[in-house]
Amino acid sequence: MDLQKIIAKPKKVAKARKADDGLEVVGKSVQRVDGWEKIKGAAKYTDDLEFGPGLLYAALVESPHAHARIRTIDTSAAEKVRGVVKVVTGRNFTHKFGLYMNDRYIFAKDVVRFVGEQVAAVVATDAKTAQRAAALVKVQYEPLPAVLDAVKAFEKDSPLVHPDLKDYTHVPWFFPKPGTNIAHWRKIRKGDLAKGFKDADLVLEDTYYVPRYAHCAIEPHSAIGLFDASGRLTMWTSSQSPFTQRHVFAETLKAFGLGHKDVRVISTYIGGGFGGKAGVTMEIIAAGLAIAVPGRPVKLLWNRAQEFYNTYQRLGCTAKIKMGVSKAGKITALDFKLHWDAGAYVEYGANVVNAAGLSASGPYKVDNISVDSMCTYTNLPPCGAYRGFGYSEFLFGLESHITRMATELGIDPVEFRKRNAIKEGDTLPYGAHMNPNGIRDAIERVEKEIKWGVKEKSKDPKKAIGKAQVCFWKSPAMPPNASSSAFLKFNEDGSLNILVSGMEIGQGLLTVMAQIASEVLSVPVAKIRVETPDTDRNPYEWQTVGSHVTWGCGNAVKRAALEARERILDLVQRVHCLDKSTLYLVDEHVKCRTKPDFALRFSDFVINGIQADDHTFKGGPIMGSGVFMPEFASAIGDPETGQGGHPNVHYTTGSAGIVLEVDRETGKMKIKKVALAVDCGKAINPDLVKGQVVGGLLQGFATVLYEDMRYDEKGRLLNPNFSDYKIPTAMDMPEEVVPIIIEVPQPDGPYGARGVGEHTMIPCAPLIANAVADALGVRIKSMPVTKEKVALAVKAAGK
Amino acid sequence: MKTHRINFTLNGEKVSIEVEPSDVLLDTLRGRLGIKSPKVGCDRGDCGTCTVLMNGRTIRSCLALAVEADGADLVTLEGANTRKWTQKLQVKFHEKNSFQCGFCAPGVILSATELLEKNSKPTIHDIKEAVAGNLCRCTGYEPIIEAIAETAKGK
Repeated sequence: MDLQKIIAKPKKVAKARKADDGLEVVGKSVQRVDGWEKIKGAAKYTDDLEFGPGLLYAALVESPHAHARIRTIDTSAAEKVRGVVKVVTGRNFTHKFGLYMNDRYIFAKDVVRFVGEQVAAVVATDAKTAQRAAALVKVQYEPLPAVLDAVKAFEKDSPLVHPDLKDYTHVPWFFPKPGTNIAHWRKIRKGDLAKGFKDADLVLEDTYYVPRYAHCAIEPHSAIGLFDASGRLTMWTSSQSPFTQRHVFAETLKAFGLGHKDVRVISTYIGGGFGGKAGVTMEIIAAGLAIAVPGRPVKLLWNRAQEFYNTYQRLGCTAKIKMGVSKAGKITALDFKLHWDAGAYVEYGANVVNAAGLSASGPYKVDNISVDSMCTYTNLPPCGAYRGFGYSEFLFGLESHITRMATELGIDPVEFRKRNAIKEGDTLPYGAHMNPNGIRDAIERVEKEIKWGVKEKSKDPKKAIGKAQVCFWKSPAMPPNASSSAFLKFNEDGSLNILVSGMEIGQGLLTVMAQIASEVLSVPVAKIRVETPDTDRNPYEWQTVGSHVTWGCGNAVKRAALEARERILDLVQRVHCLDKSTLYLVDEHVKCRTKPDFALRFSDFVINGIQADDHTFKGGPIMGSGVFMPEFASAIGDPETGQGGHPNVHYTTGSAGIVLEVDRETGKMKIKKVALAVDCGKAINPDLVKGQVVGGLLQGFATVLYEDMRYDEKGRLLNPNFSDYKIPTAMDMPEEVVPIIIEVPQPDGPYGARGVGEHTMIPCAPLIANAVADALGVRIKSMPVTKEKVALAVKAAGK
Repeated sequence: MKTHRINFTLNGEKVSIEVEPSDVLLDTLRGRLGIKSPKVGCDRGDCGTCTVLMNGRTIRSCLALAVEADGADLVTLEGANTRKWTQKLQVKFHEKNSFQCGFCAPGVILSATELLEKNSKPTIHDIKEAVAGNLCRCTGYEPIIEAIAETAKGK
């Protein structure tokens, strides 16, 4: 078999018949446009790029203390090492940076706030020399009392992680409490909580605990910076957010004469992101180092341990829930207190706290609700975005609690969820209204799929089978003015290049963008090239996070394609005197409804124009541009109640169910079946949506069943590697995964699409906890729900 | 530091280079020989992204020293792209979206190639075991296992 031939000539697929919705390409599982590059090993990731013999390498000097004052830094021994070009410390950079709150420096200045924080860096001609010299930098510290627990950090006499909090600048929707460790307190107050509890027939109060987690993208972070003689800074970064990075670099390094036009960020394929490569983490160090060694490229690579302790981790969360429910199975009141351990710097993590606080009701109509979502500084590594952005954490407690309360009232937990599930137009916790959604359909489809209500028995008498079903929702957490844009240009042969800055992080963005343009312009996907961004060439995209790019960037691409289409139709009308309204695009041709023999091939005019009867040419290269901003969004509400504003653009909802086999003696769990239904509005590429379901579920189950971060009493992470922090292998797959796609169109989505990437991970924790309770009658309230915990709980209960 | 001259075959071509005793094979391949399909993922043999074939068997090139390659026949995905089973696997991997970010794909395909070259009728358990040393954080493994199984069956 000659693979080259297969690649060169893609198998002719029988032309798809128009579906009922009239769509030819959208809604079809076309093959990925980045496929061959990736499976032939040709795809380039940041560390695969070559920079020639002048490339320098950096190694860091890191804090061994969770909290300490830096007394002195002696770099003299390191500077003497042959091959060392520069030693850089916090003295070199005096500006704070951050995505939503400026609370950190490029290198720790005066105080270190977590074990592993960067204090200095050595730049040398090779990596080994840089590492050897970094070990020679002598730093004297004066240890300070460390804050390692978010709930204790909340207490009045707790040491302060950031005594200068009052001076920090931040976005207007954060409410820090200077003089405490609270970096942001999101409050929601709606309805009459006291009355809600009075009306309840059952009130249950409990606490649920979720530890920190790590993304574990297989590609570690990497960044290369070059500050050239003309004064421009080029950064090659493994990033979900090239434009956001450009902005943060330009703002933070303004003092060095940089404006936005002088900073260029180039992002190639990235080896997994999951939120961990959103915002700015280690890349700012590489940018600073580039400034320090002008004229030479400098590379900073994270090793696996640094990947764990010095990027973002997922926030830890202690959730206190008090819920009131009526006999009729209605939630009458919810008082939800979320204590978040956000770590030493919360410039991104505080927005996780914000997002979770706004949506902590889950996908239910709760008229009387109070939420306190408190972002707490601790002396542990900084936390930030991780697939699910806070929703997995609050949902563990909420969905555990709902099943417990329904069961106690004698109401079927799935029926209970149906009674409370949110509907289009229902008022959300912050006062705006719910978008169209298919949550009821999702619940019913999953219920049927897992044969809810039918008790199953294991063939093995030592094992019990439990079932559970839960619901989930999530909205993109983004600033109200987060926008996307796209350029699209034709080539001589009628093929297209699409330029966007949404990142291909594995989800299939490039393919989906090609499908959208293909649908509008009738150019086959195989003739469309979409590539990863370079901020000099590609138009703006805020970030590839929040499962929003199919929606946001997709809207921009659709608009760009429609603009190009208009230009084509205008030109043909002008030259051929055909009424525009009679023209249409099909199979790479312009055709006319009233003149059946008219057909103009794109390749005949999209670059070189159309020759008129007088032999002159009209037209020129056909291009289009498109911009999308959710102009209805606003983040400004009342700080005391959270009411007002429209901080979330829409929610994707769904339901998931599980059939779980549990060993009574060992607690070992086997997922026999899991079904997940998600309302993605419109599956532009159903196979890619299914890929998100299958992959997201396993990532989610790993956080429940075995992943766990362990710190010692000094704040040191004990398991920053894949031997001690286990992530799933092929041996850990569920026996059966059933993805179910629900399509209730999003009115402002491209072809009705809304996001789906994060949602598939969110429901996993309560699924397992509720299924264990169903199987064995024990309730685990802290994650992870390990076999050890289950076995001990069974033993303690004497079951 | 004393260096060693090593000679080996890399993707069918003869290579002769000087290396230091502590040079790691993965770094030598990537940094000196321009072979980029094996990736750096964990530097301790946990993740499998650095997988290469040495004398027909998969090894973790992050755990091998360059001097160990002396006299060996080394194949990376760049070279395996012409092997029969690798090509068949790639067609199926493409068809079934058996990758997302693609970072683990070279290692996974080499592990699967080794399996099918030795055992063209593997069970599902054999397949899972063969790629259990290649971590993938995106796909949930299902499309990888399916693609290998279907390749073996010649579907």
